[in-house]
Amino acid sequence: MNAEAISVVAEIATRPGRDTVVGAAVRWAFITVSLVFLAALLFAPLATVIAMALAKGVGAYLASFLDKDTGAAIRLTLITALVVVPINTVFGLCAAWAIAKFEFQGKSFLITLIDLPLAVSPVISGMVYVLLFGLQGWFGAWLQERDISIIFALPGIILATMFVTFPYVARELIPLMQQLGNDEEEAAITLGAGGWLTFFRITLPKVRWGLLYGIILCNARAMGEFGAVSVVSGHIRGLTNTMPLHIEILYNEYNFVGAFAVASLLMLLAVATLVVKTLVERTGYRRRR
Amino acid sequence: MKPLRQPSVLPGFGLTFGFTTFFLSGIVLLPLAALVLMTASMSWHEFLHVILNPRAVGSYRLSFGASLLAASINLIFGFIIAWTLVRYEFPGRKIIDALIDMPFALPTAVSGIALTTVFAQNGWIGRYLEPLGIKVAYTWIGVTVALTLIGMPFVVRSVQPALQEVQRDLEDAAETLGAGRLYVFRRIILPTVLPALLTGFTLAFARAVGEYGSVIFISGNLPMKTEITPLLIVIRLEEFDYHGAAALGFVMLVISFVMLLTINLLQAWGRRRLVATGR
Repeated sequence: MNAEAISVVAEIATRPGRDTVVGAAVRWAFITVSLVFLAALLFAPLATVIAMALAKGVGAYLASFLDKDTGAAIRLTLITALVVVPINTVFGLCAAWAIAKFEFQGKSFLITLIDLPLAVSPVISGMVYVLLFGLQGWFGAWLQERDISIIFALPGIILATMFVTFPYVARELIPLMQQLGNDEEEAAITLGAGGWLTFFRITLPKVRWGLLYGIILCNARAMGEFGAVSVVSGHIRGLTNTMPLHIEILYNEYNFVGAFAVASLLMLLAVATLVVKTLVERTGYRRRR
Repeated sequence: MKPLRQPSVLPGFGLTFGFTTFFLSGIVLLPLAALVLMTASMSWHEFLHVILNPRAVGSYRLSFGASLLAASINLIFGFIIAWTLVRYEFPGRKIIDALIDMPFALPTAVSGIALTTVFAQNGWIGRYLEPLGIKVAYTWIGVTVALTLIGMPFVVRSVQPALQEVQRDLEDAAETLGAGRLYVFRRIILPTVLPALLTGFTLAFARAVGEYGSVIFISGNLPMKTEITPLLIVIRLEEFDYHGAAALGFVMLVISFVMLLTINLLQAWGRRRLVATGR
């Protein structure tokens, strides 16, 4: 081989991006390690939920949903989400409008405060309401005199869920609206459109995918919240048990088919959430972090 | 002096700003203030007695130790997963990419009972670890496993965009000039993704410290041994010891604030580095 050929071969062998033996080995090692890690930690538990739910056959699986208390838990979870998600959506839109459309002092401080519930342990999110409205809390005696129950009742569950899911819609919309700018809204207002018309005809269509994204994340978290709700609920079967709390009770009673059947519903919700999220991302809406 | 608010032709500032601050105060700030006030109504002696109680200290050791270990495991494996998803093509990559967010979307009670079942003595993975003398469920290892699962997406999702920003032509140029792979990794890739890695680590750690639902099933909940701090708070509340619960909650709240501050500083550092390198 002459010198020129050697240099060509040498160049090809060391050309960046070319699959060298070492490169291929590293690639397979990385892919294998990733898949094994995810299989043990994520895929095995997901598969277990289905396997355990169906352990005694499809009949037993379906029959577990006929249980009165399971039905009540599903109903309570739906009611909670139906109350919490719309309120937090309105809040998210308001916060995003105020923060993205106007320049004012203390703005970044306000954003930090809105994100606060994400940094707080779920147990603390529930506890703060117990300290306010519980029997020995700040307003406990006052509420008892008037026979109003918040803790160990629906209002407490709603408040705790609202605290936990508070930032989801807002933190999705704020960066999106900041990035889209105010030009179109300003043009509309200058041309004589009212504030509501501008919001519904210009802003809302522009941010619809980000809004949907925030709403589904908020909903998934609202239906699945465990720690915060556990603290305020009192675990009264058929009355103040949401789906995640009902899972705990069934599991601790060794009713594994029942527990994993309810868990499979929540897993389905999680899968549906991820599917919608992926579809929204495909429209070109990308999540910024 | 800078005006409080710059003039704008857009309407609705009063309404939206008013509602935002009102709702924020009612749902988040006032309740948190109740916790701080409840703690402040204790004497120093009482407060220290509660937070330095051996059972409380034991719970801090487990909560912080396991969270730190879990975040460190995620630092390594999260980077490997992010690298695999960004750099390599393989069948099923898109589905796996979408499934990374599963621990965010999956209710913690579900991951809790599922992990416990998988890692129990007769579980799919537990039965192979049992003969090796490794007990996962109902020990501190189980706590770490649960905290690793819920922290994993934070590291992967922080590192992924940073890895996409690494300039491939820089790597190519370095390799053409004779740099070895490790050298390229250490001098080009690592500096670019370091802020993202540390942000992901801190987010995963912060989330793990407060985690409750996925841990209590797998931990066994023995005082001093496998009892996490959030569980101890719940036990104090169930005993109607509001002051004890509030004091422990206050300690955790202070730690959360420190973490939040750290994350903000890390992100600011990451942005400065990007600007400094001209991107």
